[in-house]
Amino acid sequence: MIHINISKALHGVKGSMKLEVNLNIKQGEFIALTGVSGSGKTTLLRILAGLEEADGQIEVNNIFWLKNNKSLKPQKRSIGFMHQESALFLNMSVLQNLLFVQKDLELALRLLSLTGLNELKDRYPKTLSGGQKQRVSLCRAMMKRPAILLLDEPLSALDAKMRGELQLQILSLHKEFNTTTILVSHDPSEIYKLSTRTVVLENAKVIKDANTKEVLLKSQGSQKFSFEGELLELQEVDVVIIAIVAIGQQIVEVVLSKKEAQELQVGKRVILSTKAFAPTILHPSL
Amino acid sequence: MFEPFYISFKLASITVLILFLIALPLSWYLSQTRSKIKPFLEALTALPIVLPPSVLGFYILVALSQNSPLGSFFKETFDISLVFNFTSLVIASCFYSLPFMVQPLQSGFESLNKNMLEASYLAGKSRLQTILFVALPNIKPALITAIIITFAHTVGEFGVVLMVGGSIPGETKVASVAIYEMVEIMDYKGAHIYSAIMLGMSFIVLLSVYTFNAKHKRKFGL
Repeated sequence: MIHINISKALHGVKGSMKLEVNLNIKQGEFIALTGVSGSGKTTLLRILAGLEEADGQIEVNNIFWLKNNKSLKPQKRSIGFMHQESALFLNMSVLQNLLFVQKDLELALRLLSLTGLNELKDRYPKTLSGGQKQRVSLCRAMMKRPAILLLDEPLSALDAKMRGELQLQILSLHKEFNTTTILVSHDPSEIYKLSTRTVVLENAKVIKDANTKEVLLKSQGSQKFSFEGELLELQEVDVVIIAIVAIGQQIVEVVLSKKEAQELQVGKRVILSTKAFAPTILHPSL
Repeated sequence: MFEPFYISFKLASITVLILFLIALPLSWYLSQTRSKIKPFLEALTALPIVLPPSVLGFYILVALSQNSPLGSFFKETFDISLVFNFTSLVIASCFYSLPFMVQPLQSGFESLNKNMLEASYLAGKSRLQTILFVALPNIKPALITAIIITFAHTVGEFGVVLMVGGSIPGETKVASVAIYEMVEIMDYKGAHIYSAIMLGMSFIVLLSVYTFNAKHKRKFGL
């Protein structure tokens, strides 16, 4: 079991706030940590890793990592950490990167073969692609057989295909090593695929903590489908108003009556949904 | 005939060695700290660059002479004089060349990816292990620059050496001082030879530093 009950004053762009998190985590859980940027996700991860100070308690498998302002050094915590961007040791080959953590050749080779990196084991980080680097980082994070694996948006810089592959590898290593994993992510499909529990942070407080499916499939009203986007513009055309909405990478136009448009504000987030008629589903043509 | 060169190189080698051991923790501290005393330490470290060598030499002379507490302590306890001998040259050179060792190392350490250093801590490595096995190997160009420039700068010093060491043949008479004396007694041939050697060597040293750094950049992209 992992008990986290910490607080820390944060000074962000939005002013000062107090990070307050109280979580109990079961061994082997896969938790997604999500929320808008600046909500304290990365800070929480860094506090768990011992890279930042905080008040309160952290207890992992009956060992206190933090208690009464006494903090166990990062070196002594059973942590695997994967940064958003590659933090590989540039002066070492792939295999050396793993062995630097733990002189366990057998484990290193097993991890490399599990992630399909065998061929690359003597290469240096500079010659690897972004996806390959993050796979090496993942293997390196597992070398200590950590009690907790902390993933700080590790896949956000990768393309969709590479992200999909790495998600599977993260999940399979998580299961194989029976580690407890906390993943910071903004990507709902990633959260859905990997995690069993989702914690949502807002203004440094936990505002939601539940089963992932419950959190993601939020069924407000009875829409058949809904998308969240940003309202870019309201154009007046004859008697109607056309709302321009950015959803993901796409821009869509929606026809509204003047009355409907009255309550909308340009620049705010909006939810676009329908429930009256059956939607058509098509693959987007490339 | 080339004894002054031998003394210059011996002095520079010892200075590099001592300064490396002093500058490594200092430059690491300066690169990692957010403390308010950092600018003071940086200014102190950089002083020898802007101070006239005679000023530096004068203060070192005062501090080490037998009338000073330090000088009289060494004289009474170990019967060692700290001025006008080779030891005094080493001490003076360590002050004089300090910034040339500290500054490249510090900017090298500062350029390192913080995540990489954290990854080393999270891998269970101590600070010393991280410096030796992760930080230093990843700032090889800065390391080579620091060592070579400190060496070359020590070989090239003149004013401080003259003030603190004088010009005792075989003891404190280094190449640059030898050239000065040759010109004074109008031995232009000797001055030409010595100067040409200094010029050639300095150029080769700098050339090899820049060549190494360019190669290293291509290979590791650091």
